[in-house]
Amino acid sequence: MQNDEHGRHKIEAPVWTEELIERRRQRNRAIAWTLVAFIVLFFVVTIVKLGGNVANRPF
Amino acid sequence: MSDTAYSNDRPDALRQGGEGSAADFFELLKPRVMSLVIFTALVGIALAPGGIHPVIGFTALLCIAVGAGASGALNMWYDADIDAKMARTANRPIPSGRVAPQEAAVFGSVLSVFSAMTMGVLVNWVAAALLAFTIFFYVAVYTMWLKRRTPQNIVIGGAAGAFPPMIGWAAVTGTVSLESIVLFAIIFMWTPPHFWALALFRSGDYEKVGVPMMPVVAGERETRRQIMIYSALLVPVTLLPGLLGFAGALYTVATAALGIGFLGLAFRVWRTAAGAAQDKAAKGLFAYSILYLFLIFSLLLVERLFGM
Repeated sequence: MQNDEHGRHKIEAPVWTEELIERRRQRNRAIAWTLVAFIVLFFVVTIVKLGGNVANRPF
Repeated sequence: MSDTAYSNDRPDALRQGGEGSAADFFELLKPRVMSLVIFTALVGIALAPGGIHPVIGFTALLCIAVGAGASGALNMWYDADIDAKMARTANRPIPSGRVAPQEAAVFGSVLSVFSAMTMGVLVNWVAAALLAFTIFFYVAVYTMWLKRRTPQNIVIGGAAGAFPPMIGWAAVTGTVSLESIVLFAIIFMWTPPHFWALALFRSGDYEKVGVPMMPVVAGERETRRQIMIYSALLVPVTLLPGLLGFAGALYTVATAALGIGFLGLAFRVWRTAAGAAQDKAAKGLFAYSILYLFLIFSLLLVERLFGM
């Protein structure tokens, strides 16, 4: 990491070009769909494991 | 006053991350390696007694695939320095600058934890423990410890690639049994001749970056001899499923024939002097070895699917 003339750490702020913004959007979409798939997986497996007992609980 | 100043005057300011596309991150998972892992794990699931609900079986396969991918990402993070110097690997996401090393490390770690925990919660904890151990073995034992230290790196590291059918078996039965150990042993014994054949015609690459592959350290003649020894050990191991009764006559006969082919090609490598002829023989064995393993596991799968 570089220091500036006052001896402070310089953190390079990203230059967000259109292309980089689009790639970030694409990554975010991929993460979102992965999370949705994860939730669906847990839901489906829960139903499968409960099987015929899905409604068999005290109300 | 803050002691941090901000600037955006560096053209490569984003090298700290944020540049990679979703496809770059997918590439970190080594999808080609993953496909063989998925296939061998599927065979483990199919062969295991008792059967498994298709949704649970799919979940187990998914966890194994993601766990394998995660170890691939961690391997690429740790090996980025040598990947950058080898022609075969220089264009991987980290050495080419598309993904920052810390991004790959976090990506691989998160997927490792999620794959093992999901396996435990949704399938069973024996399979989860095996999966976690496999990731640990590949990343810590093979990549970090052995790969750069000993020419036996791939012999021991090969165990990581041999675990998937055992994890698949454990996903169904919740146990480790003799049959799943045999499936493990087939891939374990297959790995050295497969990788040393590759190393014979790629040894220049490994030498350049100081990875002590067998041809670099012990010489090509010794490597060819070791290929022959391991091939001679591999073929009897591939016949064990028939002897132990979890594979039928079709498997035994076809695998024996494939094994003779393997031994023939290994013999050719062993008897060929160094040079272009050796490279040609090694390439032949390398290509055949991939087909060989694929066919052996396909035979096991086909016999089980058709009740033979």
